[in-house]
Amino acid sequence: MSDEHKPGPYDDLPEPAVRRRRLNASLIWLVPTLAALVGLSLAVKAWLQQGPTIRISFASAEGVEADKTEVKYKNVVIGRVEAVDLSEDRKRVIVKVALNKSAESFATAGTRYWVERPRIGLGGVSGVGTLLSGSYIGADVGDSQERKAFFVGLENPPAVMRGAPGKSFVLHSDDLGSLDIGSPVYYRRIRVGRVSSYQLDEDGKGVTLRIFVDGPNDRYVTRSARFWNASGVDVSLGADGLKVNSQSLATVIAGGVAFQDPPGPHDTTPAAEDTRFTLFADRATAMAPPDGPGQYVRMRFDQSVRGLAVGAPVEFLGVNIGRVVSINLDYDAGRQRFPALVGALLYPQRLGRAYEKLAAAAASHGGEEGLLGTLVAHGLRAQMRVGNLLTGQMYVALDFVPNAPKATFDPRAKPLELPTAPGSFDKLQEQVVQIVDKVQKIPFDSIGRHLDDSLAGLDGALKQVNGQLLPQLNRTLEGAQQTLHSANGALSADAPLQRELGDTLEQLQRMARSLRALTDYLGVHPEALLRGRQDAPPPPAPPSPGRKP
Amino acid sequence: MSAPPRAVELGLVGCTVCGQVCRAPGPLAQAACPRCGAVLRRRKAGSLARSWAFLIAAFIFYIPANLLPIMRTVSLGDVDDNTILSGVVELWVKGSPDLAVIVFAASIMVPMLKFVVLATLLVCAQRRSRWAQVQRARLYRLVDLIGYWSMLDVFVVSLLTALVRFGFFSEVEPLPGVIYFGLTVILTMLASMSFDPRLTWDTDKDAP
Ligand SMILES: [Zn+2]
Repeated sequence: MSDEHKPGPYDDLPEPAVRRRRLNASLIWLVPTLAALVGLSLAVKAWLQQGPTIRISFASAEGVEADKTEVKYKNVVIGRVEAVDLSEDRKRVIVKVALNKSAESFATAGTRYWVERPRIGLGGVSGVGTLLSGSYIGADVGDSQERKAFFVGLENPPAVMRGAPGKSFVLHSDDLGSLDIGSPVYYRRIRVGRVSSYQLDEDGKGVTLRIFVDGPNDRYVTRSARFWNASGVDVSLGADGLKVNSQSLATVIAGGVAFQDPPGPHDTTPAAEDTRFTLFADRATAMAPPDGPGQYVRMRFDQSVRGLAVGAPVEFLGVNIGRVVSINLDYDAGRQRFPALVGALLYPQRLGRAYEKLAAAAASHGGEEGLLGTLVAHGLRAQMRVGNLLTGQMYVALDFVPNAPKATFDPRAKPLELPTAPGSFDKLQEQVVQIVDKVQKIPFDSIGRHLDDSLAGLDGALKQVNGQLLPQLNRTLEGAQQTLHSANGALSADAPLQRELGDTLEQLQRMARSLRALTDYLGVHPEALLRGRQDAPPPPAPPSPGRKP
Repeated sequence: MSAPPRAVELGLVGCTVCGQVCRAPGPLAQAACPRCGAVLRRRKAGSLARSWAFLIAAFIFYIPANLLPIMRTVSLGDVDDNTILSGVVELWVKGSPDLAVIVFAASIMVPMLKFVVLATLLVCAQRRSRWAQVQRARLYRLVDLIGYWSMLDVFVVSLLTALVRFGFFSEVEPLPGVIYFGLTVILTMLASMSFDPRLTWDTDKDAP
């Protein structure tokens, strides 16, 4: 088509210069090759990270979103929710989870899953973090190696993670109280564990709880540990007054279990895992010595049972040995009276050593009933007594009543019936009336009058003392003071009296000296007496006054 | 021959850099512009191969660009990883259909359009087809014009990342997807740059 060297008007144009050849253009294919390699590596990486897919069934999908909700173990993401569907019967939701490759061990039987979302319960607020980060599915791996792809999710986070240090124990109680899963377990008011599960007993007559005590505090659970329900405030208004007892404010709200060793010598070996304990209603019951079997007795009172309540204590010589369990009225057609039938459970073992001795004695009296018969013969009677004057609460006292009228006691009766004595309340009333009478007889009026007169006399006497006696006394004292003053003046070292005395003594001395000189002169010149003294050397001049010789 | 003559028919070649016209009676090889020294070529060297290579690489990267999330938004603890498509869906659902349309056009439609158009141009040029030459030329200009405008997603992500840094409560974080998307856009741009539009008109068997 184009002719070689076609002559034209452009022949004077320059020829191109010759240059060496550049790099081979086919190198450009490295670019897509590189891209392909990168893409391939991405695919391989994605494929390698692909872990097992599991399905978890939950009651509700609240907070769970496809492609968003993560599955976490110890806050490490181990998978992600892929899809959320309803189950075929539409009763539950099925969450499809793609686990990471590294989390393959979570697709085994025994792994537990639950939705971690913010929960506000009596036990406190949990999962606060999920308020901001969104809910996630928590996982707790088990020990099993068996592969599993379908799980039933827990509705609540498990109270105990597997592998957590600590021990789990079994408690048995009459009822659950205000306890719940997660309720705290306290040891000396420090939280050391929690209730992990509970269930009704097979026979429906009690509740079995499992608690978990964290290590290392689990060692304080000894074989003889006593557990009690620390829930709520235990306010009891009984014959022994008002009692308020609580473990802590938290337990008041949320309930809890407390445990401690009983006082006195006991077995301090740490209890083994899953040891069974009784959960007592309160601390006092838990710490009380074991009651042993109870003995039901019935008492017939011919008086009002006002103030006596079911649960009131029964005391023997002041020792609580039982409680009232029933109060009923009977009708005595013969006497047209309504005696009260009070049933009580007695725990003789509470008497301690006395019980042991009594039991030994009972053997010789034909059993416990026989012993009781003997005691009744010696005056043992049941009485209703006032336990608390303020509230009028009554209790039943078993006491030996002196000169008690003879009572019949049938040791073979079922139930045993204890004879009663008139209650102390009537007696008390009588005594109070007597006291009031005596008080009334006191002549308060005349006492008052006499007291008045006496006071008036005393007043006069005091006035006299004030007005007359005291001034005189004052004067006397002044005089005495003056005398003492003068005495003081006279006796002091620089007193004039003292000085005069000194001068007198000196003059006396001088006089004695002159007298001696005179006698000496007269001894030599006796004529001087007649002729007078000749000129003779004069006697030595007397020393100036005050000069000591 | 009714068509006007072309440079090759006149034995001429123009320097693509300085515009100097040189005589080139024979096939050009290792020729340089006598004035500025640039390599003289009748057509871009290896245009078809380069374009194909870039286009294929772009297409390969387009797959992870769409599968991988391009951006993580954290608002009030709600972590949200979005791919391009899920971002579009979310925009639409959350009440910004106009934005959704723009993002969809820029990030899905335009790259796809580029692939199709460039592939068509390349195939036609390779076969020296005379089919719809004028329209093909227009398409090429269009593709060239759009160029980096489909980088919109990359711009959005980088802008958001720079702007929204309120710590825990709100955060935008780019994810690997955006790199692949950027690479896709760049590679398509390179592909369209490598394509010599004159090839569209080289319908003769003996053309260079
Ligand atoms: Zn030039």
